[in-house]
Amino acid sequence: MDTSKLEFLRGTLDVLILKALVWGPLHGYAITDLIRRQSDDALLVEEGTLYPALWRLENKGLLEAEWGLSENNRKAKFYRLTAEGRRRLRQEVKTWEAYAAAVAKVLGAARPPLPEEMA
Amino acid sequence: MRPAPLWRRYDRLSGSDPAADVKDELRFHLETKVDDLIARGWSPENARKEAKRLFGNIAAVQRLGERIGEHMERRRRLSDYWADALWDLRFTLRMLGRDAGFAVVSILILTLAIGANIAVFAVVNTLLLRPLPFPDAHQLVWIAPAPRKCGFACATYSADAYNRFRAQSLSYQDVTGYFAFSTADNLRLMGHGDPQPATGIMVIGNFFKVLGVQPALGRLFTPDESRRGAMPVAVLSNAYWRRQFAADPSIVGKAIDLNGMSTTVIGVLPAGFDFGAVFSPGGKADLFQPLILEDARLMGGIVTMIGRLKRGVTLAQAQAEGTAVEPHLCWRDDIAASCGFYSQDPNPMRLRTLKDYVDLRLRRSLIVLWSAVGVILLIACVNLSNLLLARAAARGKEFAVRGALGASRGRIARQLLTESLVLSSAGALLGLGLAFLLLEWLAHQGSLALPLLSSLRIDGAAIEWTALTAAFATLLCGLVPALRMAGGQLSEALKDTSAGAGQGRSHDRIRSILVVSEIALACVLLVGAGLLLRSFLQVLDVDLGFQPDRAAAIQVDYDDGGNVPNAKPEDIYAHRVAIFSQILSKVRSLPGVTAAGMVDYLPMEQNREWGAPVPKGSSINANNLPDTLAYVVTPGYFRAMGMTLRGRDFTWDDGPKSATVVVLNETITRFLYPGQDPIGKTVTLNGGDVQIIGVLRDVRDSNAENQPSWQMYFPATQQGPAGMQLIVRTAMPPSALASGILHALRELNPYQPAAEFRPIRSIVDRASSPRRFFMMLVTAFALLGLILATLGIYGVIAYSVARQTQEIGIRIALGASASHVRGMVLSETLRLAATGIVLGGVASLASARFIASLLFKTSPSDAATYAGMAVGLLVVALISGYLPARRASRIDPIQALRIN
Repeated sequence: MDTSKLEFLRGTLDVLILKALVWGPLHGYAITDLIRRQSDDALLVEEGTLYPALWRLENKGLLEAEWGLSENNRKAKFYRLTAEGRRRLRQEVKTWEAYAAAVAKVLGAARPPLPEEMA
Repeated sequence: MRPAPLWRRYDRLSGSDPAADVKDELRFHLETKVDDLIARGWSPENARKEAKRLFGNIAAVQRLGERIGEHMERRRRLSDYWADALWDLRFTLRMLGRDAGFAVVSILILTLAIGANIAVFAVVNTLLLRPLPFPDAHQLVWIAPAPRKCGFACATYSADAYNRFRAQSLSYQDVTGYFAFSTADNLRLMGHGDPQPATGIMVIGNFFKVLGVQPALGRLFTPDESRRGAMPVAVLSNAYWRRQFAADPSIVGKAIDLNGMSTTVIGVLPAGFDFGAVFSPGGKADLFQPLILEDARLMGGIVTMIGRLKRGVTLAQAQAEGTAVEPHLCWRDDIAASCGFYSQDPNPMRLRTLKDYVDLRLRRSLIVLWSAVGVILLIACVNLSNLLLARAAARGKEFAVRGALGASRGRIARQLLTESLVLSSAGALLGLGLAFLLLEWLAHQGSLALPLLSSLRIDGAAIEWTALTAAFATLLCGLVPALRMAGGQLSEALKDTSAGAGQGRSHDRIRSILVVSEIALACVLLVGAGLLLRSFLQVLDVDLGFQPDRAAAIQVDYDDGGNVPNAKPEDIYAHRVAIFSQILSKVRSLPGVTAAGMVDYLPMEQNREWGAPVPKGSSINANNLPDTLAYVVTPGYFRAMGMTLRGRDFTWDDGPKSATVVVLNETITRFLYPGQDPIGKTVTLNGGDVQIIGVLRDVRDSNAENQPSWQMYFPATQQGPAGMQLIVRTAMPPSALASGILHALRELNPYQPAAEFRPIRSIVDRASSPRRFFMMLVTAFALLGLILATLGIYGVIAYSVARQTQEIGIRIALGASASHVRGMVLSETLRLAATGIVLGGVASLASARFIASLLFKTSPSDAATYAGMAVGLLVVALISGYLPARRASRIDPIQALRIN
């Protein structure tokens, strides 16, 4: 599978970013890095979409930003989840899991469904 | 994440910068990427290129980031601002709650000042700013000779002149007019128990159409109804319809009995149309009937003209046309000699918008009132500014501490402005209520001869004005203390442990300046009020030419048979004389009545003009003489009115067959017979010879202020009167006799309506009511200003005594006597007051010139007024300084020294 062309479903990037920040504040570069490694290099977040998504989330009050020093001693902007962001993440994960389970059921079906009145 | 080192926290010291943040963030990303690539074995050059390639369109992302960043920054600032404002507000309310006395006094001051401002604004708005209550009111024009001091008599045209003017003028959509000489209660309505008096106005048929008034019920007049011989019809005013006919929805088409004539009601006017409010302030109009111009031709100058300009025609164009048409107007078309009569008049036709006509006399008074309440507001704000400054000074240390803890000067100034905003908002809200009450009261003062009074109300414009006033008050009250505190040396205030140090001194100076300006402003108001009061007293002092007290008038109904077709004039005369003499002898026999007489027009009400008398045989052209007010009277009228007659009164023997006689007033005889005795001389009037039998001392005919016009009096035995007023002079208050007299009149004539029994004094008062009202308002404002200024003086002196407690204590300890200390405080008071009075006197001299035209027999630099103002203010200042002075003289030195 050509990973670089794996496109995110709408809204998926937001939930991935929120998830990436669950373990603590990260700067933008570390977020892409985390998502890439967590997905075994399957998901590559493009910078051109990552930063706008971060700023949008910050603007919505789901993230908070603060300037700090990175591990390589450079000034970097760190994002952290707000309480609101954490709440949103939980909700999005639930939605996502329900969606994924439903899709998996359909895709993994071995035979057509029973007629409705007999189910 | 490691926290950023201290130095890096301050690289945005000059404020946040979203653009730089975005740039930094993206640069960090690229650099880290490059590092990664190099670590993976890329050459630095290629690594940089690869990192850029991977990122894609950096510039676009950067622009997007800047936009989002700015948006967030704005929102953050706004929410900070409101959070601060909310905090200031809570703090202010807590502070004011702790000092309720201060809050109540200052809100009261502002309520009075702002309330007065709103009320006067509503009046100004109704009378000057708002258009008249007609559609496209700016097109309406009042067509009359330039104003003279003889009222309607010199503002009317004859029916023929009206017709010709209307036909020859091209500037107007249409021209209309109304009969200007209707008296109050000139009709009697029958069929509702006792005859009811009613006021009917005759209008030219197109009157309502030209004004743009649509009937609420029914219809307006048709052209046929204005022709001779038409069935009598009437349109009711809305108020009369409600009052007299209980708002009967089926009134249209019904017949009512007016003066014995069955008249069909064809319509009811809308509630928004108030004839009296626009055309005869303080008067009422119950119903309207079409004026039959053909019949009115012989009545002389009777209609006032009102035109509606065509779209796009300016007043100047209409004026030019009017000047050109005027010489073609004839008093009577069939008398060639009367053509050009109007352009010979010393005052040529001058057009004004109807609005200008309505508020002409009031404009200047209203502007003066407006200025007066403006001054009140200034005084109130200066006063409050002073109070706030004192409070701020007392809280100097609080501010200093807050400043030291990092509050910016702007924040401290905002806190102070919030306080004045809270105070002035409360004042504005309460002031709105006060103004509402004032206007309610004012709108129901029917006895005031002011136009449009009943349409006074608080509207959107008044509320906007309130907001503006409150904002102005906030700035004015809060700015001085705010600048003062924010600009002050904080460390000074912290060190300023003992009262009397540097900061205190400069505060004192500002406070003194504020008080002096307050006194000066109050001075201007007092002088203005004083001058108007003097004028009013002068007006009351004018010799009216008659005695208004202990006399009253009532409209008398009589039937002399004039309505009977083909009645012989001599029969009508005989009949009428019999009725009049019967009424008078009956009324004179009533106990308490000392004199009685009758007249058709009372002085200071409506009047009518005829051609001037010319000495027989003289070459004077009557057209060059002023028109002369004509009155038809019965014997005994002069005595009943308390007028002074030289020569003889009319008698019942001056009949149609004896020589025609006239009484002239002194103004005419002085002109016609300088240095001679006019009694017994003969004048020519309308081509006939008339003998002068008496000279009457001048009577003020329009109001007490205007010079008397030319006046002549004819006996009712020789001339037909236009209605009759019975005047009764009594030994006791006239109201006690009202029912007896009405009863006597009813015995003679069962149709006599229950007309109003009006004291002559009330007619005189009504004529001067605008001046009285205006004078009272300005005086009230001046007193308010004086009270505020007094409070200001008291506040400053009391504060300075409190601040100098220690110093005074030391003086007393060193042997200063109580009277010495009192004198010291009082002389400080006097110094402030005297400075204010001198400055205010100079300002008054300048501003009094502005009201010179409103004064009557009073110079704008009237010495007595100025002296009275100065003495009054000094006395009030001394009283307000005395309380703190007494307190100062009773300071216990031991306690005073222990304070700090």
